[in-house]
Amino acid sequence: MSETAIVIENLGKRYVIGKQKQGVDGMRHVLEGVIRSPGAWLKSRRETKLRQVDFWALRNVSLSINQGEVVGIIGRNGAGKSTLLKLLSRITVPTEGRFRINGRTASLLEVGTGFHVELTGRENIFLNGAILGMARGEIAKKFDQIVDFSEIEDFLDTPVKRYSSGMYIRLAFAVAAHLEPEVLIVDEVLAVGDAAFQKKCLGKMENFAQSGRTVLFVSHNMDAVRTLCQRAILFDGGKIRADGYVDSVVEDYFSRFSTSSGQQLRGDYGLAIEKVVLKNDGGQETRQFCPGEDLIIEITFDAQKCLEKPYFILVVRGQKGNCFTANMLLDGHRPKLLNGKGKISCRFKSIPLLPQRYTVQLAIKANNGIDVLMPYEDIGLFIVTADLVTYGYKGEFQTRVSEATSVVIPYEWQLPDGTSATVSLSAPVSAI
Amino acid sequence: MVTDNLPVKQMAPSDGLGTSSTSQLLIEAGRTEEQYWRDLWRYRELFFFLAWRDLLVRYKQTVVGVSWSIIRPLFTMVILTVVFGKLSKMPSGGSPYPLLVLCGMLPWNLFSTAISDSGNSMVANSNLISKIYFPRLIIGVSSVITSFVDFLISALLMVGLMSWYRFVPPVSALLLPLFILLAFSASVGIGLWIAALMVKYRDLRFIVPFIVQFGLYLSPVGFQSSIVPDRFRLLYSLNPMVGIIDGFRWSLLGAQNSLYLPALTISVIEVAAILISGVLYFRRTERTFADVI
Repeated sequence: MSETAIVIENLGKRYVIGKQKQGVDGMRHVLEGVIRSPGAWLKSRRETKLRQVDFWALRNVSLSINQGEVVGIIGRNGAGKSTLLKLLSRITVPTEGRFRINGRTASLLEVGTGFHVELTGRENIFLNGAILGMARGEIAKKFDQIVDFSEIEDFLDTPVKRYSSGMYIRLAFAVAAHLEPEVLIVDEVLAVGDAAFQKKCLGKMENFAQSGRTVLFVSHNMDAVRTLCQRAILFDGGKIRADGYVDSVVEDYFSRFSTSSGQQLRGDYGLAIEKVVLKNDGGQETRQFCPGEDLIIEITFDAQKCLEKPYFILVVRGQKGNCFTANMLLDGHRPKLLNGKGKISCRFKSIPLLPQRYTVQLAIKANNGIDVLMPYEDIGLFIVTADLVTYGYKGEFQTRVSEATSVVIPYEWQLPDGTSATVSLSAPVSAI
Repeated sequence: MVTDNLPVKQMAPSDGLGTSSTSQLLIEAGRTEEQYWRDLWRYRELFFFLAWRDLLVRYKQTVVGVSWSIIRPLFTMVILTVVFGKLSKMPSGGSPYPLLVLCGMLPWNLFSTAISDSGNSMVANSNLISKIYFPRLIIGVSSVITSFVDFLISALLMVGLMSWYRFVPPVSALLLPLFILLAFSASVGIGLWIAALMVKYRDLRFIVPFIVQFGLYLSPVGFQSSIVPDRFRLLYSLNPMVGIIDGFRWSLLGAQNSLYLPALTISVIEVAAILISGVLYFRRTERTFADVI
């Protein structure tokens, strides 16, 4: 009974990259060329066309999404996700192919597009609403809901430039959240804001999904994708690499660390991450760890250019935020030179984590500690499993463990009656 | 291939909001969407929201606020009156010289602020252009609307000045709206041309202030166009602002400001050509704005 909401056929978007020797960008060059000799100008124009390098950000993409489906779009930077969203939201036009969308569409590529810092919260609600395509009557009707959701009631008549960044984002998302389209296209907007607000936003999007609307959701946050979506599509190098049930596609995302055109495009640094393996104490490849066990992250890289003394930063991230990090910017133990293929690994000793899901993120910075060779990206995924007794837990509400703060360290209560209670992790039960 | 009669969905949003609950969108490479003009209608409120935003923002954190819209033309008028009327002793055509000057300044200021603002509008709103879709034409036109509001405020100055001089405008003043329309169309036409070109060629950022500065003297703002020798009159009339400013003076002041018909005809034809070509050129380049800007 489901009808299609989005049909995409052979969609492609080409960008022309690479600079010509003679910059044709400035008007002077164009005018000069035309005036000096029109014939030669036309000829040179044809020639520069030939010299330009075509780059297909997206090509031969065909897919169909049914009404009421919530689809996660995942992939590394430069894989074509954002281009797809830009095409679907009509910001840019396709070079080839076509697509069809049924129903009122709203796209949210950025939180607070069109906000003006000089205007007050109230004024911005109306302005932003109009830019997102809401009629004035519609905004007026939902005004109170929007204000409620954003929790900024007291600051409604304060210019937005005096807002804290949290307030700003809350207000911006609140407006967007009340759009009520039939097809919603969202790009990574949840990457901002504090955890509580992120949860609220996710909740809003879940409501959205449950009311039978179609959602297209781009994110680097695999947990969010898993929670929200049933289906995921993995993009790589402008093409669809995997499409299907969310868990298997996310699995694919982490396991597929083959060099791809998408990887090569990362900056001018020619640094690619080829493979990432997670190992336990015994050196076995695994995705499942016990608390107190060691976590070894082994990264195979390929540096096409010599890179001197880069900084690697590894972060283990849980559902509630970052847990711990191994950061060369702080510890100073960086490799002298990356050249060609090589391996680097890091061993986190006896990880003190609750049974939850975690992702490993990697960023690489240049010699100067500032330039980004590779922005933060999810490179691995693991879960921690253990009986709660292992943690010394005896409480009645242990089911709440999935919501608890992830990192545990030993602690000791001194109760009013003079007794003391120590809670600590028992020795790791390795080698199962 | 998808057949062209895909089922069109008939589902209204849960709370019945939204005017276009049933819509189908088809985008195909290399095809101009027929949706464009419908979208323009759908987003019609945005014209005014963007103009409203620009107006609100313009005088934030200023002491005298909107009064600037009166003060600036007032001082310009005084200076032009002194330079052309008193020092150069130009003929005033029977009406007080300040009225003559203000009459020329009204359309000229509309035109000059409109083309600078509208020309800059795409670049100034690049964050919108690269993040969300709506017909870009709205941005360009709404900045002309903003300038038009300034025009209306300056018109109050005109009314005030007329009553100060106890000057009663002739019946031809009823035709003024036609000349306002002409000035508005010229502003939109040139504004769109510049806006579209500016996306690719930022050079215009330097050219436009130049045009505005020289245009003030090339157009009959501070003097009557009748002082131009007859044999150059037609050539002079190639500046579309000549016909427009003359029209303003003829309709508001009457007296010796007789209407020079060839100038007006040239103006109308030029403005129509600029407006139509401006919209067409804008439409043609608009689709690539997000990629270029």
